[in-house]
Amino acid sequence: MSELPAKPVKKPKRVLPERFVSYKGVWVFIEHEHGHVHPVSWELLGKGRELADKLGVELAGVLIGAPGPKIAALAGETFAYGADLCYLMQDAVLHDYRNQAYTAAITTLVNTYQPEILLLGATTQGRDLAGSVATTLLTGLTADCTGLEIDLADRSMLSSRPTFGGSLMCTIVNLATRPQMATVRPRVMPLPVKDPKRPGRIVEHAFDLAEESIVTKVIDFIPDSRADKPQLAFADYIVAGGRGMGKPENFDLLFSLAKTLGAEVGASRPAVHAGWADAERQVGQSGKTVRPKFYLAAGVSGAIQHRVGMEGADVIAAINVDANAPIFDFSNYALIGNALELLPALQTAFAARLAQTRARVTRSAPKEE
Amino acid sequence: MHIAVCIKQVPDSAQIRVHPVTNTIMRQGVPAIVNPFDLFALEEALRIKDRTGARVTVLSMGPPQAEDALKKCISLGADDAILVTDKAFSGADTLATSYVLAAALRTLHEKQPLDLVFTGKQTIDGDTAQVGPGIAIRLGYQLLTYVSRIAKIDVQDSRIVVERRAEGGVQVLESRLPAVITMLEGTNTIRFADMPGMFTAARQQTQHWNREAIGITDLTQVGLKGSPTVVAQVFAPKPKAVRALRIEGETPAAMAEAFVDKLFTDYPQLEEALLEHLDQLAAQEQQS
Ligand SMILES: Cc1cc2nc3c(=O)[nH]c(=O)nc-3n(C[C@H](O)[C@H](O)[C@H](O)COP(=O)(O)OP(=O)(O)OC[C@H]3O[C@@H](n4cnc5c(N)ncnc54)[C@H](O)[C@@H]3O)c2cc1C
Ligand SMILES: Nc1ncnc2c1ncn2[C@@H]1O[C@H](COP(=O)(O)O)[C@@H](O)[C@H]1O
Repeated sequence: MSELPAKPVKKPKRVLPERFVSYKGVWVFIEHEHGHVHPVSWELLGKGRELADKLGVELAGVLIGAPGPKIAALAGETFAYGADLCYLMQDAVLHDYRNQAYTAAITTLVNTYQPEILLLGATTQGRDLAGSVATTLLTGLTADCTGLEIDLADRSMLSSRPTFGGSLMCTIVNLATRPQMATVRPRVMPLPVKDPKRPGRIVEHAFDLAEESIVTKVIDFIPDSRADKPQLAFADYIVAGGRGMGKPENFDLLFSLAKTLGAEVGASRPAVHAGWADAERQVGQSGKTVRPKFYLAAGVSGAIQHRVGMEGADVIAAINVDANAPIFDFSNYALIGNALELLPALQTAFAARLAQTRARVTRSAPKEE
Repeated sequence: MHIAVCIKQVPDSAQIRVHPVTNTIMRQGVPAIVNPFDLFALEEALRIKDRTGARVTVLSMGPPQAEDALKKCISLGADDAILVTDKAFSGADTLATSYVLAAALRTLHEKQPLDLVFTGKQTIDGDTAQVGPGIAIRLGYQLLTYVSRIAKIDVQDSRIVVERRAEGGVQVLESRLPAVITMLEGTNTIRFADMPGMFTAARQQTQHWNREAIGITDLTQVGLKGSPTVVAQVFAPKPKAVRALRIEGETPAAMAEAFVDKLFTDYPQLEEALLEHLDQLAAQEQQS
């Protein structure tokens, strides 16, 4: 949840030691693997832009990898997504992500150019790297944040995240060391609009470790076959089911509606635990965070752990027999009734409406010309 | 071969409730358990013990009652249990926690050299996944996070090969011992304690180590003082300002029609985007 707490934040009394006062600028680690930038990095540039503007400092992308045309192109993209400059470290040793090499690379850059904020995605790579970098630099790190704000009074970053299994949110500050570090959940911050003409400058810095000094070797990479895995995190349309679906066969109703809408099927944790849906489909605190244009929840009560994973959806509709179900507190539309009856009815209604609109558009199209 | 497993006692978060009026956490009566993610780490260590006869030591930093969690690990088959406990350690964030655990592991290493340190992927109360990486950096051990399988261990040669969950695939890594492994959940099935195990756990003493025992003299590195991050506020998520619009309808069909109509009247751009999306899917299908 990105909203700020209503009550003012109570900060303990701590002074920033003199040596950190000169630390300036907001940095975003640009995570890429096999030529593919993780979208969370662009999302973070969007948020980072906001923080940097508020602080009146520059926003930088941090790009680390093997030399080549690919990485040069990525530097340009960081500008398009809002960075003013890009710290670039290229070396063959940095070809694959390895903790030791990347930790050395980032800590060198931080110690040289001294940013006040360093953000990374809360991905397997980002969390592996952030923990090591923070410990090496002996600075504070807040994990898996869902909200970031600046308190201009002391230039500190307020990092919010779910706590106690998601029942509550907490705001964490780091007042005594720099940089202030945070990893941020993918799909929580919106993707900024890309401006390919935005200029920026590249600051190159040499990497000074040889391959012999990097202990761990990558001997293989087995990519997930994309085809047979649901791409829930990036789906624009999701129909999700919870315990209220009653039994595994009833999930077919969701798959059937999903087909009509070209949607992905999501599930609450109890539905996944019961084996009604694949673990890949779980939405929420311990599953995926999604940000679709449309989210339909059927037989989902709307527990906070589910909510944190889907409340970023543009439009939310919920089906529930219980008019007082918490899910209606954060849905746009309430369909109070039995999901087992309403889902097939919705499929029919959607199919009819879409066919109608399509027919109208095709008929009227020639007239427009 | 000597393996240490770091475990934490946590409140069973499935049973935590928030007071509806005061928004405070109601901890009374919430049972304490071994952090569920740590059990996958323990099981992996016990499997290595089963194969090689390795010694498995479980280690936890926490208050005296955390001993129960360590006893549970003994009942499952761990050989030794050490509770690192000292008033000065309370209020620690991950940086201060890894400082203490690393000091304890160094002490343990002096008694019998360590080959592997396991941690869970993350705790369910802290939820940071930072303590494992922190320990590795502080000890100068190789860090292998999100490990889904240990393919090979060669203690003679100090080599290890693991599979690690990365973004978009699995990395196969070859590394050197000693290493810190954070174990991915769901990668093994945890055994049950048997009768002899439970008797051992009841009989066996848990060692308690305070700050002197692990050679900590610099109190600015531990507990609240050694923690750069502080919780400034705890708050309940704000309810959305608008309540859901209730869709009326005598029958499911009528309600469904009313909903679809209302949805696309309120959000015409959604209908456009949806039609475009369906066209794209149809085109893709034709191609393949
Ligand atoms: C640490 C932790 C992490 C968690 N992570 C997640 C997570 O990632 N994702 C997640 O979803 N949960 C998570 N949970 C669990 C969460 O707290 C809730 O228990 C869960 O979301 C509830 O799932 P549900 O809504 O499907 O089931 P329930 O809460 O049982 O709700 C079922 C709903 O279906 C309705 N219903 C019943 N029959 C029908 C019918 N025929 N038609 C229409 N409605 C019907 C009922 O009125 C009810 O509202 C987590 C919990 C913890 C402690
Ligand atoms: N107080 C502690 N004592 C022992 N091990 C811990 C402690 N805190 C964290 N760990 C270990 O570090 C892992 C990651 O914890 P966390 O960074 O809190 O998510 C856990 O799964 C444990 O294995």
